[in-house]
Amino acid sequence: MNEKQKYIMLDLGGTPLTPWCRFKRVVKRTFRIELFIGLWVTIREMFKTLFMGKSHTTKYPFEKMPIPPRYRAIHDMLRLLESGHYRCIGCGLCEKICISNCIAMETRYDENQRKEVSEYTINFGRCIFCGYCAEVCPELAIVHGARYETASEQRASFSLFEDMLTPIDRLKEQEEFAGYGAPTPWADKNIKKTPLAY
Amino acid sequence: MDPLILGTIIKIVLVLAIVSALAGFGTYLERKVLAYMQRRIGPAHVGPLGLLQIVADGIKLLTKEDIIPQNANRIIFMIAPAVTAATAFVAISAVPLFPTFSFTVPDWFPLINGISATVPSTIADINIGILFMLGVMGSGLYGPLLAGMAQANKWGILGSARTAVQFLSYEVITGLSLLAPIMLVGSLSLLDFNNAQTGGIGSWILWQQPVAFVLFLIAGFAETNRTPFDLLEHEAEIVSGYATEYSGMRWGMFFIGEYANMITISIMASLIFVGGYAPLGFIPGWIAIILKISFFFFLMLWVRASWPHVRPDQLMWFCWKVLMPIAVINVMITGIVVMI
Repeated sequence: MNEKQKYIMLDLGGTPLTPWCRFKRVVKRTFRIELFIGLWVTIREMFKTLFMGKSHTTKYPFEKMPIPPRYRAIHDMLRLLESGHYRCIGCGLCEKICISNCIAMETRYDENQRKEVSEYTINFGRCIFCGYCAEVCPELAIVHGARYETASEQRASFSLFEDMLTPIDRLKEQEEFAGYGAPTPWADKNIKKTPLAY
Repeated sequence: MDPLILGTIIKIVLVLAIVSALAGFGTYLERKVLAYMQRRIGPAHVGPLGLLQIVADGIKLLTKEDIIPQNANRIIFMIAPAVTAATAFVAISAVPLFPTFSFTVPDWFPLINGISATVPSTIADINIGILFMLGVMGSGLYGPLLAGMAQANKWGILGSARTAVQFLSYEVITGLSLLAPIMLVGSLSLLDFNNAQTGGIGSWILWQQPVAFVLFLIAGFAETNRTPFDLLEHEAEIVSGYATEYSGMRWGMFFIGEYANMITISIMASLIFVGGYAPLGFIPGWIAIILKISFFFFLMLWVRASWPHVRPDQLMWFCWKVLMPIAVINVMITGIVVMI
């Protein structure tokens, strides 16, 4: 990583002052093959795209890019894997820490004297997706999921507790939250040397 | 009905249908080629390989509201796109497209049975084909000029001012660059140009007149508003230039005209400089000319993907101070060589 980078300073030359110098520059630019290098680059890219599959296009609704775990999209409410009960213990920390006051919850004691969540909504018209609720949650119950397509017919489509809760029949597919600020699994590939490396 | 008129009408219908279809297909090709050169894939969803994108675009253009701005000069605003499209097709009327053929209408056909006609290779069989094409394509610039001035929009005015600038710059080069090959062949007919280059690749006028070829290509790019000289509707500077206020099919007619002009310039370059429809080794003539036209068409797209625009002052400087002296010197040297 610490090897010295091979930066090349371009010799751009000075600004031509006399008409003769300007004429010489025009002739030089005309007869150097720079224009043809441009043509070569585009035709090379064309052949790469056509025959070597180097296209950068993602056919979006049909193909999707993988989302890094630290991406903050619509919240998910996770369940306990052992019992299938929701993880939320009704502590209210997320409601307290929410800086845009968009979480509203009501709790009560159930017949076992255990806190249960009777009302839980997130107003996504106000939510700024700061991630504090997921960060503060002691039970990893509220996390940020990967549902970034948030257009819907109803304003309330995403915001109820039941909407965010993992469906009980899909409990096996529930993914554990990698942790606030977790690096992407493919982060090593994306590391590039920067000018600060030397 | 006079058989010659019937043949000519058939030819006109064929050329109109084929060239306007090709102009539509040209937009598809351009989007595809540019996409591949920029590592994208271009239109891909409508039909196989996105081929029906042309149909979708056509439906969109035809059903869009035809807006005429309040302060525009209505009549001129409405006929300006027709000028561009019509001149582009009129220019093709002097091009020899396919060989002369005769036919007889069978007896069972109603109304016109028993007529035999000879379809000429050009619609208008005139002996000054090149001059005619240059003139008509030059008058095609009236389209953008009138459109820009009629629409009561400052971007349109700038676009038409640039049309005038561009027209005054390149038209000299087109004429002078073609003068040298015309002196060599001694005719203004495209058929004579084709017949002068029937001896294979070695007999192409390109090898005798490389300078004229490059000059003609540069002027052709300027003539068809292609990218290095795409000043008329330079999106980054003057919104959409002369086409700013146009919508729907009136806008589409400008672009049918532009693509038809691209095809015409490709045909002219193929016929004048690289042998036309003379057979090329084992390749029959009609395939050879299609290949040549396709190459020149592709070259325009290729250059658009590769090179930046120039400024209007750079275009004027380039045409008047660099290209015109070169063209004049080329004509003089050709004249001296022809005399000797």
